[in-house]
Amino acid sequence: MAMVYLGPFIFSVIVSFSDNKNLINQPGQIVNSGWTLRNYIYIWKDLPFATWLFNSVVITACQTVTNVFFSALAGFTFAKLEFRGKNLIFGAMLASLMIPGIILIIPKFLIINEFRMINSYPGLILPGMITVVNIFLMKQFFETMPKDLVQAALIDGCNYFQMFWKVFIPNSKPALAAVAIYTFQGTWNEFMWPLIATNTSEMFTLPVGMASLRYELLTDWPAIMAGTILVSIPTLIIFIIFQRYFVQGVASTGGKE
Amino acid sequence: MATIEIKNLQKTYPNNHYAIKGIDVSIQEGEFVVLVGPSGCGKSTLLRMIAGLEDISGGDLFFNDKLMNSVHPKDRNIAMVFQNYALYPHMTVYDNMAFGLKLKKMPKAEIYQRVTDAAKTLGLTEYIDRLPKEMSGGQRQRVAIGRAIVRQPDVFLFDEPLSNLDAKLRVQMRTEIKRLHRKLRNTMVYVTHDQIEAMAMGDKIVILKDGVVHQIDSPINLFRHPQNKFVAGFIGSPAMNFVSGEIVKEEGLYFVTQGMKISIPPPLQVSMEKYLGKSVDMGFRPEYVYDKGLEKERRLSTDVEIEILVVENVGSETYNHFRLNGMDTIYSYRSSSSNVHIPGEKLTVGIDLERLHFFDVETEKSIL
Repeated sequence: MAMVYLGPFIFSVIVSFSDNKNLINQPGQIVNSGWTLRNYIYIWKDLPFATWLFNSVVITACQTVTNVFFSALAGFTFAKLEFRGKNLIFGAMLASLMIPGIILIIPKFLIINEFRMINSYPGLILPGMITVVNIFLMKQFFETMPKDLVQAALIDGCNYFQMFWKVFIPNSKPALAAVAIYTFQGTWNEFMWPLIATNTSEMFTLPVGMASLRYELLTDWPAIMAGTILVSIPTLIIFIIFQRYFVQGVASTGGKE
Repeated sequence: MATIEIKNLQKTYPNNHYAIKGIDVSIQEGEFVVLVGPSGCGKSTLLRMIAGLEDISGGDLFFNDKLMNSVHPKDRNIAMVFQNYALYPHMTVYDNMAFGLKLKKMPKAEIYQRVTDAAKTLGLTEYIDRLPKEMSGGQRQRVAIGRAIVRQPDVFLFDEPLSNLDAKLRVQMRTEIKRLHRKLRNTMVYVTHDQIEAMAMGDKIVILKDGVVHQIDSPINLFRHPQNKFVAGFIGSPAMNFVSGEIVKEEGLYFVTQGMKISIPPPLQVSMEKYLGKSVDMGFRPEYVYDKGLEKERRLSTDVEIEILVVENVGSETYNHFRLNGMDTIYSYRSSSSNVHIPGEKLTVGIDLERLHFFDVETEKSIL
C-alpha cells in the first residue's frame, strides 16, 4: 500500500536528480543514468521560480490567515450566539457546498474581472479568503465547548469579540491548526483558479508555473520533477510540524472543561 | 449588597412555551435564597433572568429599587457560579479569578490583593498557578467561587454548583458556601433540585413547579406547614405519605379510608366541617408514624395495621416501606436504628395526630 503512494514520489525524486532527459520514457535506464543537481540549478537560475515562490507564499499566507480568522469568527457566531435567521444563513451556506466548485469558476472570473482584479494579488486572494467547509469545521468544534463559558465571560464583562478572542480562540488550537493545514495545503496546491486569474508569467503561482514548463520545454521532465519536489517540500514540512496538533485535535475535542 | 425585587416576571419562548408564568419574589439584603423544584420547573431560567443571561418577556426585576430588565449582565454587579464550573481552561487559577478584574482595568496591585485574599479564604493558595484540568472537581468549583468573590458583587448567583460533585464533597462544599455567606453577608440566590440541599442552606426557599411559585417560606415552615400537596410531597425525605379518604361525622369528624379511621384533631375540626361526606387527601410524614408497642407518650391515631415490605437500614435510622390494608401504594415509616423490622413483619402503628395534613382533592391546597 505504501509503495502505491510512495512509488511515484520516489520516482519523481530520482528523475529530478537524473541527467538523462529521456528517463521518463525509458525508466529501464535508471541504473545507467548519471546524477546531477543541474535540474535544480536550472529551476532556480533560469526560470522565474523565485517570483512564483513569492507569489505562492503571499497568496497562501494571506488565505491561511484569513481563513483561520474568519472561519473561527463565523464558526463561533454560528455555534454560540443567537440571532434571527441563524439557521437559515447556515443552511444556505451548507447548501452552497452542494454546488461543484468548478461550476463557480466562470462566475467568479466574471466578478473578479468586473472589479478589474484579474492578474493581481487581490484577484488571486479574495475568492479563497473564506471557505464554508472551514466554517463548518470550526462551528462543530465550538459546539463541543460548554455554553457556560459564554455566560461566565459575559458576566466577567467580555463583549462578544473579547469572548471570542480571549476565551474561545486560546482553547481552539487543535481546530485552528487543522483549518490552517487544510487551507495551506489547498491553496499551495491550487491550480485552476490561479491558472484562470493570471495571464502573465510574473503573476503565476508555483503549480501554474510548473505546468507552464511542460509546454515550453516539452521534454525536460527532470526539470519539472525538480520543481515539483521543491513545491511539495513546504507542505511536507508543515505537515510534520503540525502533525501533533492533528493527534491532539482528535484527543481533546471530547471533554473540554 | 442588594435587595432583589421580582415582580410578575415572565419568560415565554418563541414557540409560545411559558417557562416562567408570572413570579413574585422579594429578596432582602444579605439573604440566602434557594430556588428549588423538579427539573424543568423554571428555576435555572429564573436565575439566568436575574443574571441577565435570559431576556425578560414580561414583568420587572429590580436590584435596590433600580429597574434591571435591560441592563447588561456585566453592569448588574453580580457573580455567578455554574454547575460545570465554566472555568477558562487555558488560564491558571490566578488568571481565572483575575480575568473579570483585568477587563475592568483594575490596577494590578489591587487585583493581586483580591485574588490572593480569595485564594486564602478558599484554601487555594498552593494551587494558584495550576490549570483547571490539573485540579479535582471540588477544587475547580472552589476556583469558580473564588472568581465570584473577587468581583465583590452585590449578588451571588449559584446555578446547581454542587451537582457534579460526589456526595461527601457536596456536603462539605455546602457547609463552605454557608460559611462564606456568613462571612461575606452578601445576597445570594442559589438554585438546586435537591430539596435537602435547599433545606440545609436557605434562609428562605422558593419552591417552583411548571414556572409557578408554590410556596416561599423558611425551611422549617415548608416542612411543617406546606401550603399544598406538591410542596408537602417535595420537601422531606423520604417523602410524605398520602392517603385518599372521606370525612365522616360520628362523635367528632373522622377521616376514613380502607381499614383506617383517624379522628380529626380539634384545631382542624372547624375547617374540615365543610368537607363532610367529601373526599380529601391526608398526608403524614414517615417521621411521625410510631410503633404502637413502643410509643406511649404522643397522641397517636387509632391502630393501623401494616405489613412491612422492604427495610432500608442506613445506620442512623431505618426506613421501612409498607402497604396499607391491601392498597397498592407503598408508604414509608421511619424507625430508629435500634428498632429494626424485618420484611413480612406485621405491625400496629399510629400516626401523630398533631402532624397530620389534609388537602383538598381538587385544588390540592392544604386545608387549614
